[in-house]
Amino acid sequence: MAHDEVSGTDTSASDSSAVETTRGASTGTVVIASDVANPGEPPHRQRVTDTDPRAAKRAARSVYTLFYLSIAGSVFAVAAYMAFPIEDGDPTALRLNNLFLGIGIALSLFGIGLGAVHWGKALMHDKEGIDERHPVRGTDATVARAVEIFDEADRESGFGRRTLIRNSLIGALVAFPLPGLVLFRGFGPQDQNPPELLSHTMWKKGARLTLDPSGIPVKASDVTIGSVFHIIPEGLNERHDKLEQKAKAAVLLMRLNPDDLNISPEREGWSYDGIVAYSKICTHVGCPVALYEHQTHHLLCPCHQSTFDVVNECEVIFGPAKRALPQLPIEVDSDGYLVAQSDFHEPVGPSFWERS
Amino acid sequence: MTSTIERADAHPEAPVPVRKSGGFTAAAANYIEDRTSISGVVKEFGRKIFPDHWSFMLGEVALYSFIVIILTGSFLTFFFQASMVETVYDGSFVPLKGVEMSSAMESTLHISFDLRGGLLIRQIHHWAALLFIAAIGLHMLRVFFTGAFRKPRELNWVIGFLLFVLAMAEGFTGYSLPDDLLSGNGLRIIDGLIKGLPFVGTWISFLLFGGEFPGTDIVGRFYTLHILLLPALVVAFIALHLVFVVVHKHTQFAGAGRTEKNVIGYPILPVYAAKAGGFFFLVFGVIALMAAFFTINPIWNYGPYDPSPVSAGTQPDWYIGFADGALRLIPPGWEFVWLDHTWSFNIIVPVVALLALLGAVAVYPFVEGWVTGDKREHHILDRPRNAPTRTAIGAAGVTFYAALWAAASSDIMATHFQLSIEGVIHVVQAWAVLGPFLAYFITKRVCIGLMKKDHEILLHGYESGRIVRLPGGEYIEVHEPVDEYERWKLLDYEVYQPIMLRPNAEGKITAGMRLRARMSNWFFEDRIAPPTREQLEAGHGHETHGEIEKGPGLV
Repeated sequence: MAHDEVSGTDTSASDSSAVETTRGASTGTVVIASDVANPGEPPHRQRVTDTDPRAAKRAARSVYTLFYLSIAGSVFAVAAYMAFPIEDGDPTALRLNNLFLGIGIALSLFGIGLGAVHWGKALMHDKEGIDERHPVRGTDATVARAVEIFDEADRESGFGRRTLIRNSLIGALVAFPLPGLVLFRGFGPQDQNPPELLSHTMWKKGARLTLDPSGIPVKASDVTIGSVFHIIPEGLNERHDKLEQKAKAAVLLMRLNPDDLNISPEREGWSYDGIVAYSKICTHVGCPVALYEHQTHHLLCPCHQSTFDVVNECEVIFGPAKRALPQLPIEVDSDGYLVAQSDFHEPVGPSFWERS
Repeated sequence: MTSTIERADAHPEAPVPVRKSGGFTAAAANYIEDRTSISGVVKEFGRKIFPDHWSFMLGEVALYSFIVIILTGSFLTFFFQASMVETVYDGSFVPLKGVEMSSAMESTLHISFDLRGGLLIRQIHHWAALLFIAAIGLHMLRVFFTGAFRKPRELNWVIGFLLFVLAMAEGFTGYSLPDDLLSGNGLRIIDGLIKGLPFVGTWISFLLFGGEFPGTDIVGRFYTLHILLLPALVVAFIALHLVFVVVHKHTQFAGAGRTEKNVIGYPILPVYAAKAGGFFFLVFGVIALMAAFFTINPIWNYGPYDPSPVSAGTQPDWYIGFADGALRLIPPGWEFVWLDHTWSFNIIVPVVALLALLGAVAVYPFVEGWVTGDKREHHILDRPRNAPTRTAIGAAGVTFYAALWAAASSDIMATHFQLSIEGVIHVVQAWAVLGPFLAYFITKRVCIGLMKKDHEILLHGYESGRIVRLPGGEYIEVHEPVDEYERWKLLDYEVYQPIMLRPNAEGKITAGMRLRARMSNWFFEDRIAPPTREQLEAGHGHETHGEIEKGPGLV
C-alpha cells in the first residue's frame, strides 16, 4: 500500500513544479523534473513460502540439505587430500589431486552460499525497510563549532600569527624526506653508469659465435642457405652476469643467397658469403626478435609485431620500432669458425634517452 | 557510557534494562558489552538498510575475491622463495629436470607439483586476481553509467579508481614473481618502455632492476610490493571506500516510494547478512571450481626466463592488454634524435595516451559536476538512457579501451582468422581513432530513442498485442496504460537545460564561463523532459484509440 508517509510527503515537496531552479544548484542551472507525485511504496507481495506452509517446509528442507551438502563437501575435500597424493610426481596424480580437492572445496562453499542465500530469499521476513537519509554535511552548529575549534587552536598556538615559526616548520617538513629520496640511489650499483653499460656488449674481435644455449662454436660450413641459428658469444655461459650479457648479446645468424642481400658500401665485409648476423634484441622495447620467415626473409618480433627486412640490413618495414636491428660484423677464423670482427657499432636493444 | 552494573548498584530497585541472565550467549554478550560498548555498533548497523539490485553485487564480487586473494596469497608466501639465485631444478616435473632456473621459479614449480593442493591454491589465487580486476572494472562501469559518482560520492569514485590502478599493479607484480619466460618477457617490455621515457628513463630502469636488465633484484623487489606495500594500500583504500558507503548510504534506482531522502531495501540483520554472506561463499565457490577445472598460467610450459627465446603469441594477462595494445598501434618511425638525445615517441605517445585515458576516468565526476552546476546530493541512480551524453561518452571510452585491448591480440587474430598482421593493425588503428566517435553518436541516438519510447509508453500506454477491428473496418492495436508504480520508474528522472551565458556580477563573461556554457550545451542540447501531470492526463484521454501520435520530440 502507498502508506509510507515519509516518501509521500518528500516527493511531493521536491517535485512540486515542472520547471525549477533548484536550491543547491549554482546560478544558471535549470533542472526539469515531472510534477507527478511519487505514488509511495507498492503493496507488499507475498511469496509462495508466505502463503503455502508446504512450500515453506520445502524451502526449509532445501536450506538444511544444502548445509549438510556443504559438510559432505568439506569431508570429501579432506578425504581427497589423503586419497590422491602426488608424491610420485605423476601428472595424472597431480590432476586428480587438484580436481577432487577443488571439487570438494567448491561443494563445501556452494552448500553454505546457496543455503544462506535461499534462506534469506525464501524464508526470512521479506518486508523492505526504510532508512531516512540526512545531508552528508554536518549540521550548521557542528560546522560552526569545528571552525571555532580551529580558530581557538590558531589563537592558542599562534600558528597564523607567528609566520616565521610556521614558515620555517613548513620548510623543515619539505626538507626532511630528501635524505629518504637520496637513499633510492642505492637501488642500483654506485659504480656503474647505465648509458655506458647499454652501449657495449660481450662481443669483441675474435669472439666465436656459439650456439644458444649449448655454447658450441659454429663453423661457416655448418650454415646452409636458408638456415637460421640462435647465437651467443663464446664464454657467455661461464659469466656470473650471464642473463644481463645475454639480454644484450643475443644474435640471429642467417645465410641467404649472397645475391639477395643489398649491402651498403660501409658494410662490405661485415658478412661472409651470405652469412649475416644481426642483434636479436628488438629496437622497440627489447623483446627477442625470434620469428624468421624464410620465404620473405623478414624477422618478426612476437611482442609488438615490428618487422625487419634481412635483405635490406634489417631495416624496419612494419611495426612500432624505428631503428634497424644492429648488425654484428663477422668473419671466419683460421679454423673455419665464425667470429666477430668487433662489438656492435651502435647500442643494441631499446632506445634510451642518452643514445644519440 | 554508563555501564549497567553501576546503574544497578545506584538504583537497586530500578529495572535493569539489559537482560543479565539467559544462558551462555547472553553472558558472553554482556561480558563483551561491558568491555567494548559494542551495542552501539549493533544499534547503528544491525538494521541498516541496503537496496537491492543485481548490479550492486559487482562491488561485492570485487571485495570477496580480494578476501580470497588474501587467504590464498598468505598460504603461498609460506612456500614461495622470492629469490633469483640460480639453482638446478630437481623436482617432480620431469621435462624441466636439470634445467637452470631461479629459486623463484623452482619454488613455484614446487608449489605446483610437489605440494598437495598447492596447484589448486595457486590457481585459486590467480583466478581470484583476474576476477578481482574484472569485477572492479564492471563495478566502475556500473557506477559510471548510472551516475552514482555524483555528489556526494565524487571522492569515493576517486578512491575506487585508485583501487583499480592498485589492482592492476598487484596483478602485474604478482604475475612477474615466478620468473618464468612469459612474465620475464613482460618485464623486458616494461624495461624497454621505461628506457624510452625522456630524461629519466635510463636511470629509472637501472634503479628498478638494480643494475642492468634483468639483474637479480627485481623478483625480490616486486615481492615486497606485491605482499606488503600494495596490499596495505588496497586494504586501506577498501576500508575508506566502505566507510564512505556507510556515510553516504547506498544509492538506489528510481522506484515507487523511493526518494532522494530515503533508502528502501533489506536490513543487514538478518536478510543482508544471509544474502551477502552467502554470496561470499558463492564467489569463492565459483573461483574454486575454476581452479579445479581450468589451468591458469602454466609456467611449466614456458620454462625459466632467458632473454633470448620467446614464444609466438606472447601476451600479458588480459588487464594489462590495453597498455600492450597501445604500444602495438603506433605506426613505424615515431622516434627521433634531437639535441643529441633520443625522443622515443613510439613510447611517449602511448604512455601519455594511457595516462590521459586514466586521468579522464579519475576526473570525470568533477567535470560533469562543473558542467551541470548541480550542487545537490544525488542518491537516486540515473538509468543510462536518461543521461544520453554521459552514456555516449562512456561508450566512446569503452570503445577506445576495447580497441587498445584488441590490439594486444593482433597477432592471435591474424593467425586464427588467416589475416595479415598489417591488415589487423590498420583496422584496429582506425577503430581506436574513429570508433569512439561512432560509438558516441550511435549510443546517444539509441539513448534518445529509448527515452522517446518511454515517453510514448507514459503517454499512451504499452502495446498490449491485442488487435481490434473497428466498425469502420480499421484495425488498431490496443495500448494499455502502465500502472502508477511502473509509471513512476519511467517518470522519476531529471533533465538539465543548457546553461545560459549571462554576465557575472562584474558584468563580464569570462573564457571559463564560455567554455562551461558550450559544454553544457553539448551535454544537454538534446533532451527529453519527463512528462508533466497535464501531459499524462491529455495522453491518457485518447489511449483507447491506441493511435500512435507524433513522437514526443525534443524539448
